[in-house]
Amino acid sequence: MSDVSGDVLVKVEDAYKHFPIKQGIIFKHEVARVHAVDGVNLEVRRGETLGIVGESGCGKSTLARCITGLHPLTKGRILFEGKEIGSSPDKAFRRDVQMIFQDPYGSLNPRRRVGAIIGDPFDIHGIADGAERKRRVQELMELVGLNPEHYNRFPAEFSGGQRQRIGVARALALKPKLIVCDEPVSALDVSIQAQVINLLKDLQDELGLTYIFIAHDLSVVEYVSDRVAVMYLGKITENAESEELYAKPRHPYTNALLSAASVADPDEAAKRERIILTGDVPSPIKPPSACRFHPRCPKAQPICSTEEPELIVREGDDADHLTACHFPVQLGEHLARARAGIAQESTEPTLGVSE
Amino acid sequence: MSLLEVTDLKVSFNTSDGVVQAVRGMTFSIDRGKTLGIVGESGSGKSVSTQTLMGLTPGAKVSGQALFEGQDLLTMNPDQLRRIRGPQISMIFQDPLSSLHPLYKVGWQIVEMIRAHEPNVSKADARKRAVELLGMVGIPQPDRRVDDYPHQFSGGMRQRAMIAMALALNPKLIIADEPTTALDATVQAQILDLMLRLQREFDTALIMITHDLGVIADLADDVLVMYAGKPVEHTDRRSLYYGSHHPYSAGLLRSIPSGAGGRGGRLIPIAGQPPSLISPPPGCSFHPRCPYAMDTCRVNEPPLREVAAGHGSACWLPKEARGLGPEAEQLRENAVAEGRTEVGA
Repeated sequence: MSDVSGDVLVKVEDAYKHFPIKQGIIFKHEVARVHAVDGVNLEVRRGETLGIVGESGCGKSTLARCITGLHPLTKGRILFEGKEIGSSPDKAFRRDVQMIFQDPYGSLNPRRRVGAIIGDPFDIHGIADGAERKRRVQELMELVGLNPEHYNRFPAEFSGGQRQRIGVARALALKPKLIVCDEPVSALDVSIQAQVINLLKDLQDELGLTYIFIAHDLSVVEYVSDRVAVMYLGKITENAESEELYAKPRHPYTNALLSAASVADPDEAAKRERIILTGDVPSPIKPPSACRFHPRCPKAQPICSTEEPELIVREGDDADHLTACHFPVQLGEHLARARAGIAQESTEPTLGVSE
Repeated sequence: MSLLEVTDLKVSFNTSDGVVQAVRGMTFSIDRGKTLGIVGESGSGKSVSTQTLMGLTPGAKVSGQALFEGQDLLTMNPDQLRRIRGPQISMIFQDPLSSLHPLYKVGWQIVEMIRAHEPNVSKADARKRAVELLGMVGIPQPDRRVDDYPHQFSGGMRQRAMIAMALALNPKLIIADEPTTALDATVQAQILDLMLRLQREFDTALIMITHDLGVIADLADDVLVMYAGKPVEHTDRRSLYYGSHHPYSAGLLRSIPSGAGGRGGRLIPIAGQPPSLISPPPGCSFHPRCPYAMDTCRVNEPPLREVAAGHGSACWLPKEARGLGPEAEQLRENAVAEGRTEVGA
């Protein structure tokens, strides 16, 4: 975590992003704020894939958008190659950082031809035009596995998986250093998902790209990521090497997420211990005090609601494994049977079934 | 006798582009208290087939037979169907927000359903039952939440409310159409756990439609794999994972990170795109994407035949070529070598 380390491409320092909720007709005043990203520290190293997982509303997409400069931060700073991204990033930054969006239907203009969509970055940055631009676009289309002859087609003529390839081609046009992938495969069918994931991996090997890969599907994140950060309600709860995190999750939330992930093997599925959390994710408008997971945590104790745990290396962990929890989970602990030491709102069904 | 027996169900729609053959011959049955999983990708006909059984596909051309306790659902008039929907068969949809009316209180919507089918129940009694049901599905403080509007519920709570509604009249069969797809992982775990417990408690039969093989692994007794409007494999969940016969099922398992292909290795996607249902390919509808396609696959459509006891597969490959092991792979390759006459076909 040293500042001088040369291979850090992106450094997020104590980043906050709050969205105000305003009311009033003429004089709008702020009545509340959504704490989308609430004090995040993070590093992305050159050439790696950093996975960010979390449930909807945990702030993972907002964080990604802050890193690409789409949202200015409320507080804190983000450094890209050691330079701070201000509220209006320059063109060089825009070239180096690109994004792939979740929805391959909503992120392509239906009235423009594919060639024009992929070629836009060349126009905007004044890199190529005319025949040269067409040649480059067709090269890109070939690179991502599209037929270059389909240059003049409209997005509607492509399937979901092909559209996502168009999005990838557009992101690659300016030879970026960092690509932020915001749920790039979650809108696709399983068999097509694998095609796009393989494509992203191949491109990384070929072009030496750095990815920030956001997803809610843990098995996909495990498959593509070198390191993984788990987010819950605007904060990072755990951050570690991918293998380490999946083998030895320390935060109770990570444990619950992993136990809830879908397993296709019926015997494995029957064997694993499912941790059923109580309740839903609380609102980011009024996040719970101190540790934000305490109203749902099976290990919660009184201290969890009064004192916020720091994101630090816990006893017995690698120097790279950070956990924000007062009572990190030990290997072999049975969380499914743990009961919290504080009162929590129960969502236990009132069935006649005896437990 | 099975609770529901569907025979050769076909559903098609007239559109301006031509006739879309959404379901092209589907046969299955489900017994009381059992769970049938239907897996398939978008457009495979998994939702249309069950919606047709419930009379929810107006304008569709339907043929075949669907016997529910001996009565054919497909020939019933709307009035008869209404008496089946709710008390006998109920449905849980994917998107709980659009399946609840936004302007009515959640409790009111449950009360209305109870009273529509049981007019003798008083409003107060129906309300009491609504509160009980909400508590049963794990909504905290049900006596207070019964007067909330759907937008005051979170996604998981809405789905709980939908489940409460589906259970309200104690149906014999529940059809759940991707009930957890719109939910987060930890909430999905809660809902699946809840559905399993409720099913055990009430001995209800459940048809679970999903694209997630993980959901199947958790709760399906039997599995039907759909491709291009047809079931291509029908077996139990263990033999689907350990001994799948159809190359499409095997391809699905190999293309998910948590399946047979994952953990460090490279995912093996299924090449190409699902076919158009307006003009499905001749022969086996999977042959354009199948790595084992033989000459016969391009011309002759394989029937769903038994490859092992209780295990049906619609594929021309030898019956013994099941599973992903090297032995089965060898059998497949031999068959393909024999079955391909044109070089490089």
